Amino acid sequence: MSTTTEAPDTAAAAAPPAKPKLKTSAMIASFADPGQKTSNAPFGHALVNAAQENDKIVGLTADLGKYTDMHIFAQAFPERFFQMGMAEQLLFGAAAGLAETGLVPFASTYSVFAARRAYDFLCLDAAEPNLNVNIVGGLPGLTTGYGPSHQATEDMAIFRGMPNLTIVDPCDSIDIEQAVPQLAASEGPTYLRLLRGNVPTVLDEYDYTFELGKAKVLRGGNDVVFISSGLMTMRALQAAKALAAHNVDVAVVHTPTIKPFDAETVLKEINTDRLAVTLENHSVVGGLFETVASAVVTAGVGKRVVPIGLPDQFLDAGALPTLHDRYGLSVDRIVAKVLSELG
Amino acid sequence: MPTDTVQDAAPQEKTLPTAVTPERLEKISAAAYRIRHHALNMGEVQGQGYVGQALGAADMLATVYGDQLNFRAEDPHWDARDRFLLSTGHYAIGHYAALAEAGIVPVEELETYGSDDSRLPMSGMSTYTPGMEISGGSLGHGLTIAVGMALGLRCQGSSARIFNFLSDGELDEGSTWEAAMGAHHHQLGNLTAMVDINALQADGKTDTVLRTEPVTEKWESFGWYTQRVDGNDVGALLAAFDNAAAQATAVGRPSVILCDTKVGRGVPLLENREKAHFMRIEENEWQICREQLTAGYEGKASA
Repeated sequence: MSTTTEAPDTAAAAAPPAKPKLKTSAMIASFADPGQKTSNAPFGHALVNAAQENDKIVGLTADLGKYTDMHIFAQAFPERFFQMGMAEQLLFGAAAGLAETGLVPFASTYSVFAARRAYDFLCLDAAEPNLNVNIVGGLPGLTTGYGPSHQATEDMAIFRGMPNLTIVDPCDSIDIEQAVPQLAASEGPTYLRLLRGNVPTVLDEYDYTFELGKAKVLRGGNDVVFISSGLMTMRALQAAKALAAHNVDVAVVHTPTIKPFDAETVLKEINTDRLAVTLENHSVVGGLFETVASAVVTAGVGKRVVPIGLPDQFLDAGALPTLHDRYGLSVDRIVAKVLSELG
Repeated sequence: MPTDTVQDAAPQEKTLPTAVTPERLEKISAAAYRIRHHALNMGEVQGQGYVGQALGAADMLATVYGDQLNFRAEDPHWDARDRFLLSTGHYAIGHYAALAEAGIVPVEELETYGSDDSRLPMSGMSTYTPGMEISGGSLGHGLTIAVGMALGLRCQGSSARIFNFLSDGELDEGSTWEAAMGAHHHQLGNLTAMVDINALQADGKTDTVLRTEPVTEKWESFGWYTQRVDGNDVGALLAAFDNAAAQATAVGRPSVILCDTKVGRGVPLLENREKAHFMRIEENEWQICREQLTAGYEGKASA
């Protein structure tokens, strides 16, 4: 931890009383802002709704049902829910086996365990045979203050190299509600970066529907274009409003499907005179920024793209608001970055 | 129902253990002989390969395909079929021979083994070969997939059984034991594991690489119905599979048959050769191997 940002209390004996430090448990169940409109456990309820329509849907988890909102499904369909214990290799191998019998499994754990621990099983047992196995990963990117054991800062970088896998990074409860039935209906394996608990509801204020594989322009703007995914789309929209006060007009393009990537829509928005910025709740290595960068280079577009994302390092433990500010994901840091880029 | 299936009885009718009759013994021994013969021919095409494992496991494969599995040769995806999952992808040579013996793969196709554009790659993959349920090769996967299949079939009301073939080397993998726990926890009585214990892995003898014994006690302590037999004794295999079948049920203990086998079994030249995971056989030796195999089989049959 940087001592310049968090000086030990003992060193400040003569200083005025320090602001009480935030606790790691702050925002542990939700990254919603105080007073923000939220929806509880949208994934769990969406899965129940989808399962009422599709009797092939089953759910399983690796001892994290209550922590991935899978418990909602387990309560609604106990006979279609399988607890696999704290055994992630079994979780995803068994999910592949369930899919082999024609079922549509949604298997949940934390993103770190899915991506880091069970990769081989997902790759060979689900992706190679192109089975309809739906991976549900909690705590994607920096959504917990527990440190590197729980912070999946490189999950998309790991998963992007897996052939056949669809990757979805939803912004809010609307995205999750609309994505779940589409993930169930789509052939082949998918990875959903789960937002759990009280999840902000943001996109209802825009003329928006989630379409698997599609990027959507949420708002237009003449000076800057944000390309964002996941919860960073919420921050991008908030930053766009804040930047309006500085007479900076910002467009926001939401790209919830990271793979396959809607390069056509994004390139059309990027290939303008506006400042182009990517925003992601993920390492700047291997995620949205590099997805956009490769699309730009492949198309032969000579355009600078500014990344806002997590640094290529193991992150600190602490309270999420502190960490989001420290690593540049907060609205204030986004606004400052854009203003400095515009000079 | 088609007549060319090995066993196509209504699976709901539980068959009690039948006697290991001379007819069954003879039928399975003959199938094992043919599987070995096919494996030698396929090995000759490649010039080398996992012939030792195929010869060692031939009796297990003959027993399960010739006597136990419920399948339709002309419809490998028949919904009600029993599933045979090969985790040890490199045993594909033996599995292809068994699939040919079962009528799922034409015998004449076996000579394409390991060739470009063949449906029979060196390491078994479900996406290439009819009758191959999973893509093995990354060891320790098979039993985890088998757990999912067993759960999936059971919750859809199927009474099909799931057989997972694994090797003693796979007992090194933690995922195998995750699956062993999971199968017991979920009481997957429709699941049977068969472990080829040839006491040999890539880097040498199993007890020098990573000691897995006591294997029987391990499986028993994981709650499985455990039997250990001479995996090259067809009579013992039939009896063990009969026992497993007798107690197979939708909800109940999963069963495991631990099969001690001999690498290169049936061909003295290879049985006595220094044991190697990837056996080298000289060009002029293939015919000798086949002759020894036939002599041994005919000698035993006439004895």
